[in-house]
Amino acid sequence: MIKKKECVAMLLAGGQGSRLHLLTERLAKPAVPFGGKYRIIDFPISNCINSGIDTVGVLTQYQPLALNEYIGNGQPWDLDRAYGGVMMLPPYQAQKRADWYKGTANAIYQNMMFIEKYDPEFVLVLSGDHIYKMDYSKMIEAHRRTGADCTIAVIDVPESEASRFGIMSTRDDMSIYDFEEKPAHPKSTMASMGVYVFGKEKLFRYLEADEKDEKSHKDFGKNVIPAMLAAGERMFAYRFDGYWKDVGTVSSLWEANMDLLGERPKLDLRDSRWRIYSRSNAYPPHYVGNSAVICNSQITEGCEIYGTVINSVISGGVTVARDAVVRDSVIFDGVDICAGATVDYSIIDSGTSVGAGAVVGRRMDEGGRLTLVGSGIDIPAGIRVPDGALASADFVRSLNSEGGRAR
Amino acid sequence: MTVVGIIFSNIHDENIPDLTRMRTMASVPFGCRYRLIDFTLSNMVNSGIGHVGVITHYNYQSLMDHLGSGKDWDLARRSGGIQILPPYITAFASSRPSLYSTRMEALIGVLPFIRGAKEDYVVLSDCDVICNIDFSDMIKKHVDSGADCTIAVRHSYVVPRSGTSNNVVLSYDSDGNVTDIAENMDSQPSYRNVNLNMYVMRRKYLEEIVLDAMSHGYKSFTKDELEPRIGRDRIKVYECDGYFATVDSLADYFACSMDLLNPGTRRELFGVKERPVFTKVRNSVPTLYSNDAVAKNSLIADGCVINGTVENCILFRGVKVGRGSHIRNSILMQDTAVGDNVYLNCVIADKTAFIRDGRVLSGCETQPFYIEKNQTV
Repeated sequence: MIKKKECVAMLLAGGQGSRLHLLTERLAKPAVPFGGKYRIIDFPISNCINSGIDTVGVLTQYQPLALNEYIGNGQPWDLDRAYGGVMMLPPYQAQKRADWYKGTANAIYQNMMFIEKYDPEFVLVLSGDHIYKMDYSKMIEAHRRTGADCTIAVIDVPESEASRFGIMSTRDDMSIYDFEEKPAHPKSTMASMGVYVFGKEKLFRYLEADEKDEKSHKDFGKNVIPAMLAAGERMFAYRFDGYWKDVGTVSSLWEANMDLLGERPKLDLRDSRWRIYSRSNAYPPHYVGNSAVICNSQITEGCEIYGTVINSVISGGVTVARDAVVRDSVIFDGVDICAGATVDYSIIDSGTSVGAGAVVGRRMDEGGRLTLVGSGIDIPAGIRVPDGALASADFVRSLNSEGGRAR
Repeated sequence: MTVVGIIFSNIHDENIPDLTRMRTMASVPFGCRYRLIDFTLSNMVNSGIGHVGVITHYNYQSLMDHLGSGKDWDLARRSGGIQILPPYITAFASSRPSLYSTRMEALIGVLPFIRGAKEDYVVLSDCDVICNIDFSDMIKKHVDSGADCTIAVRHSYVVPRSGTSNNVVLSYDSDGNVTDIAENMDSQPSYRNVNLNMYVMRRKYLEEIVLDAMSHGYKSFTKDELEPRIGRDRIKVYECDGYFATVDSLADYFACSMDLLNPGTRRELFGVKERPVFTKVRNSVPTLYSNDAVAKNSLIADGCVINGTVENCILFRGVKVGRGSHIRNSILMQDTAVGDNVYLNCVIADKTAFIRDGRVLSGCETQPFYIEKNQTV
């Protein structure tokens, strides 16, 4: 006898994340590294398992290889289950149709059979591009208490940023009477976090209706939620007041990494009651040499630090050689920063090497702009990568031929 | 050709009684994030061995907790995988004491495991050997040479031990045939061929040895079984190089740990391509250095928070160093918390030790100051 699940989580991980430029050239946004040893998707998945949700469908479409490999059988998140666990759900060919996921709602629509198999009471819809620690079980509890058909997690955002989000207007009891996707003149500051709880039956009904509507974008925010609201369904907002960050852009990704630093980090991952899990790399401990200076930074296993690291987040297997300086930067896995090189206010993607004496970016306090260097690039010794650059391999090659010497 | 591994987890426990009072030698923490058994176990896994028996004796709770299902070494297998072999005591306890004290007795105790394994060959290894070696090469050489038993040796500088066990040294001819095997009784330090206590043989050959020892009541694997076979059977050596250490006293533990600060040691132990050292995954957060942190020549695991100064140290996972504290030449094990303005020199703090604000503690290299697990200073 197989028990039905109370709640199944559906994690939308198919987005390209084009605003992350080079970082998502070869991998989907949820697979982008974060915080030294994590990937963005570790956050929603760890939230699920910590909230007692052990059945998670991951909807993939864009560049799924890295993500598939990373999630594997779900063992690092304790989601290698005999019944349930984590399941990758790519688009597939059915008897009567074969289609890419046309939108967030369509992605869930195409996988209604997956959900039905577990016959859950609730469906939790998540997106794979936010960094936050949230107990979904409390939200589901609120959903049950209010008898809602749909509950949407909301967070207060500054008024100036409200027009970037889906904005909710609620009555005193938190029931929603208005929802606007990216409004020019927001009526409130309550932004949707892209976390929804639906009653299964209701969700299926609206997905089917939305599917038939040819004018629909097949999107939750644009179509399904407004349709439910228009039909007078019981919709509630659930206020979340912890740390939450959309890391859809290079600058917000950089900011979220910086939020890990400081005396009282805005994003504290040290709470043993709410661990964020990730797949381990079997790196040895990190080594700090005699000449190293490390200040307000986060360093993880596999690193060898001989130079100076200030206000930075360094991922596994990174070498910072003697007299090299890394400041206000986020360095991904396996990056090699050679002797005398300087990296300022930059994100450097995996496996890149910064040659001896090369300069990447410009000091933040001197008005430098955020610089991004792609993965697996060899920046030759002495080259200067200007601040604000999106440095791909071709870009670096062109710098070299122009003789962009640093000194 | 298939191979099964056997690891002796309680071997030489008496060498470091402080660290093994509550745990097996195999589960002694080492190198910031490892336990001693991780090295042998990883060597086996990296050599394609997918079935390992771990012989335990006493205090093996911490070891079981560490190994779990074996998944962190990729040894959670339907067939093979990791098998813990605790002492076997039948109901209506027999007159024969079932707790063994030697390697030979341990092997006698696991005869059913040796017999039941399906593999053709067996690798025996102690758990207190810290090295990164390729067993598959040793096995290949063993098979190619047609030897009955191959023993790993290392030409190394032997300092006579003050402790309980002497090194066992081997003599062999230019073809690698063992001519003598004996305890090292030299009183002067010298270069000798040290037995690394890693053996490769056919499983059937091991079974023969065990049955022979049982029928004659032999107690010593090397003295009673291997030695008489020299000349009669083909006993060969396999010469190892690279970093190698065994721990035979607390001072030695301290010295071996400090060896890791040497880049060459780290390269030979951790930097070998395709042979990473696996351990139990703990999901610690990366280590955070504050504005006032100073770290020099130290090896540091994840999950630490460093607010003070750390010099020539080995910090395990989750260690906290308070403001104004100065930690030198010390080994702080998992979750040790050091308060503010503490001064430590040559200290070994076992797991979850707590050192209050303002304490000043110092040992010396040959006599490190040891703080017990869970103790508050």
